[in-house]
Amino acid sequence: MERMNTEPPRPSVRERPLSPHLQVYRLPVTALLSISHRITGVLLGIGLIGLVLVLMSVVQGPSAYAPVHAFLSGIAGRSLLWIWIIALLFHLSHGIRHLVWDTGHGFSRDSLLYYALGEFAAALVLVLAVAIATLARS
Amino acid sequence: MKNYRTPLARARGLGSAREGLHDWWRQRVTAVALVPLGLWFAFSVALLPSASHAELVAWINVPWNTLLLLSFILIAFYHTMLGLQVVIEDYVHLDWLKLVGILGVKLVVSFLTLAAVYAILRIVFT
Repeated sequence: MERMNTEPPRPSVRERPLSPHLQVYRLPVTALLSISHRITGVLLGIGLIGLVLVLMSVVQGPSAYAPVHAFLSGIAGRSLLWIWIIALLFHLSHGIRHLVWDTGHGFSRDSLLYYALGEFAAALVLVLAVAIATLARS
Repeated sequence: MKNYRTPLARARGLGSAREGLHDWWRQRVTAVALVPLGLWFAFSVALLPSASHAELVAWINVPWNTLLLLSFILIAFYHTMLGLQVVIEDYVHLDWLKLVGILGVKLVVSFLTLAAVYAILRIVFT
């Protein structure tokens, strides 16, 4: 304690803002959306591997497709499929915003939250539309 | 040791290769194409669990479905490849690992694209 007091005060040092410490920093909605866009993008890529596996099993005939079909129509398969569809529609909604941004519009501070809510609403509407269409057709 | 090279000669070749925009632009072009294709695919793939093998084969054989499915696969895989490359470039900072990662992504995605196209064509033409 005493040693600290003996140090001469440095006149030009003042409290500087720290860079975001990710464990205690509350991400703004825009940052959350941005990282979600990347995460859903990677998830969608992983899902495409599943699409290839399904197509290859269809080629090999009904007996090869049977276990794949059993998995897809089970709880795990349906859950994964719907997670993938929700990720796709979210990624698509946020992707459209990126395209708008690329034109140089939509950067004003006030419109950011407005855009973010619009995106969530769009993704939700699309998910509901797909769900309703699926229920109606199956 | 004296360096006889002029400052300009040393700076040459160290700047941008002027090729960075290609990938960025293609990411946008594929994104635009994937808006309608992605919507179509979302509505289609949601019915997958309830389709039998015969129904699936019949669905893929409908000409517009074949065309849209091939378009979706080619463009979605290309878009994925560009996206994963950006993610690796942003988060992997070891040079050799970055190179291996990007190379791996390109090879794996190319192989998967080929597999998907092969499967669809074989379903359609048999």
